[in-house]
Amino acid sequence: MSRHTLSVLVENKSGVLARVSALFSRRGFNIESLAVGPTENPDLSRMTIVADAESQPLEQITKQLNKLVEVIKIVELEAEAAVQRELLLVKVRAPMADRTQVLQTAELFRARVVDVNTDTVTLEATGTPDKLQALLAVLAPLGIKEMAQSGTVALGRGPRSMSGAGTLRPVERTA
Amino acid sequence: MTSTTPGGSATREAAEALTGVETTARSVEEAAAEPLTGITGAQSLVRSLEAVGVEVVFGIPGGAILPAYDPLFDSRVRHVLVRHEQGAGHAAQGYAQATGRVGVCMATSGPGATNLVTPLADAYMDSVPIVAITGQVPSAAIGTDAFQEADIRGITMPITKHNFLVTNAAEIPQRIAEAFHLAATGRPGPVLVDISKDALQATTDFSWPPRLDLPGYKPTTRPHGKQVREAAALIAAARRPVLYVGGGVIKAQASAELAELVELTGAPVVTTLMARGAFPDSHPQNLGMPGMHGNVTAVTALQKADLLVALGARFDDRVTGQLSSFAPGAKVVHADIDPAEIGKNRKADVPIVGDARETIAELVTALRAERDAGRAPDLSAWWAQLDQWRQKYPLGYDWPEDGALSPQYVIERLGAIAGPDAIYASGVGQHQMWAAQFIKYEKPGTWLNSGGLGTMGYAVPAAMGAKYGCPDTTVWAIDGDGCFQMTNQELATCAIEGIPVKVALINNGNLGMVRQWQTLFYEGRYSNTKLHPVDAEGRPTPVRIPDFVALAEALGCVGLRCESKDDVDAVIEKAMAIDDAPVVIDFIVGADAQVWPMVAAGASNDDILAARDVRPVFGDGQV
Repeated sequence: MSRHTLSVLVENKSGVLARVSALFSRRGFNIESLAVGPTENPDLSRMTIVADAESQPLEQITKQLNKLVEVIKIVELEAEAAVQRELLLVKVRAPMADRTQVLQTAELFRARVVDVNTDTVTLEATGTPDKLQALLAVLAPLGIKEMAQSGTVALGRGPRSMSGAGTLRPVERTA
Repeated sequence: MTSTTPGGSATREAAEALTGVETTARSVEEAAAEPLTGITGAQSLVRSLEAVGVEVVFGIPGGAILPAYDPLFDSRVRHVLVRHEQGAGHAAQGYAQATGRVGVCMATSGPGATNLVTPLADAYMDSVPIVAITGQVPSAAIGTDAFQEADIRGITMPITKHNFLVTNAAEIPQRIAEAFHLAATGRPGPVLVDISKDALQATTDFSWPPRLDLPGYKPTTRPHGKQVREAAALIAAARRPVLYVGGGVIKAQASAELAELVELTGAPVVTTLMARGAFPDSHPQNLGMPGMHGNVTAVTALQKADLLVALGARFDDRVTGQLSSFAPGAKVVHADIDPAEIGKNRKADVPIVGDARETIAELVTALRAERDAGRAPDLSAWWAQLDQWRQKYPLGYDWPEDGALSPQYVIERLGAIAGPDAIYASGVGQHQMWAAQFIKYEKPGTWLNSGGLGTMGYAVPAAMGAKYGCPDTTVWAIDGDGCFQMTNQELATCAIEGIPVKVALINNGNLGMVRQWQTLFYEGRYSNTKLHPVDAEGRPTPVRIPDFVALAEALGCVGLRCESKDDVDAVIEKAMAIDDAPVVIDFIVGADAQVWPMVAAGASNDDILAARDVRPVFGDGQV
């Protein structure tokens, strides 16, 4: 498996998400996660797409994405040159007997307690997918009641930007 | 509303009822004098179509699109009332493919719009520039499962180049302008504009030209100079080059440039199903069509080549056969306007993104430089080999053993009599392959067919659209009896609207291509492929259902029938002499004729069969 994080600037119009997700589905590309949100420019949205592809299909993915009229720019964010984060909310079984262990685990992973009651504790954690996986692995034996996890959002490191006059190199529009 | 011309629609209808003659459409001056403010969205739509230069719209009115039909009634844009929206879509395609202009079709919401799905998918696969305009239920009703509501934008997302839903009347001119721009530029394709009924009814202002707002759409038309020079160097060094020409050459109107390139390189040319006519069949360097039913020489030339120069072609599976064994020894120069086609199926050694005409012109310049530097390869050994194959494995056919009329002969004679100036539109199946094989095409835009999607029923409406766009040209639909029964109702349109197409119906009473596969791969078990009535033993009965001659006449056409070889020329000539009505010739042909050569689906092109059980011997290692 080969994971790639694509940061895709698209026009902020209705139907764009449907176009992008439908493209992945009909071309047989696998999406591992997809997160959409506003950008500093109200006319644009940013989609952060983590795709599972070998290098050859990735080229097809970016080329096909570039053909969508509402896609403005695509950049592949390399792991070492980008900050990548996911958000996790997890409700853990935490009766008084186990509560200390849950709270210690939260502290170790810099997770915040966002809700408490007699039976459970809900934690909020952000981090790389690996870090969140590690946290879940530690919490699992205690009993995970429910969880919600966001897709990855990411930005390139350094002073350059994608939407401005910056120099982040787009994935080749031409072959 | 102040903008309708004097003598509104009621008067016009009355006049037409009295005289039976269509009243004169509004003149250009009248149109220009119309107010630009306070008009309806529907008027704005029609003004936009006029401004963008639309000559004709093929369509059917209905509830949601009805507001648009009122101003259309007064417009200089002509409307052809088809009998089924699929016919409107294919007619727009035929018009576009024959004229090079954008074809337009129109339908109402719901079922009207969904009936356009097949032609939109067809146009998407074959990169045909059409614009479809559909009515949508009022915006307040969208999403409520309202009467005749269908999410046609959602439905057509994967089969259009782009599509729009317009719910604001003020947006109409801009969206129409964008739709035509998108359809016609870059890699052409279908664009759908869905307009809600309330937007058509709302009051708005019209101004032209609108600003195009397509920040993400920047097709590359100018090829990269370095890539072109690299390609020229490969061509100059190749010993067994083949120019693999696809439909993009026709779309880019690059035949003149291609002819120059062919002469300059001295290389053989193959023209794919979508490129028949891009280069004259009469030219000695044209090897003909490659692919599943291509001729042995064209297929084998690709297999044995050391360089493929793909121009506006997309390495479709029907051309490559089994991809892993396709042209194993060839380097690839791949020029296409769509970067996503390059490297999609076959890795390109030299990718060139650009318009085919610009690319070929620059290749010619770069090759002249190679030649001036003394680099011009000797292709005589290659040609000796190719000529040997051509001589040994020419295209041919056997006369049916049962003495029935040979469908190949009919099509061959039709091509010879109607000649290279005529336009030929075909359906999908055996007759399509024979028409691609046995008619000699000399000019681009004279061969129209459904290549990528393989849509049965394409021929008659596409011929109608082509004839509308080229009224002085003879237009033949070559159709099978299976295909013909899907869309023949458009002959009524042709008869009433004065669009005298001609139909050569290759009637073998069967779904012929499927039957051929059943013969070859399913032990002759003819499951559900017989269209004619059969007796208890499965033999055809003398009853004809339908009687295509009677059907043609019922549709307002001249119906002719031909059952023997001796009558073929005479009946074609008779049809050629009729120019005031559509003509259908029912050619009763043998059911067992087969399309050869053939590369079985998924097989390697190396395993081409020249005829049933005839495997060519290529004398490997001679070149």
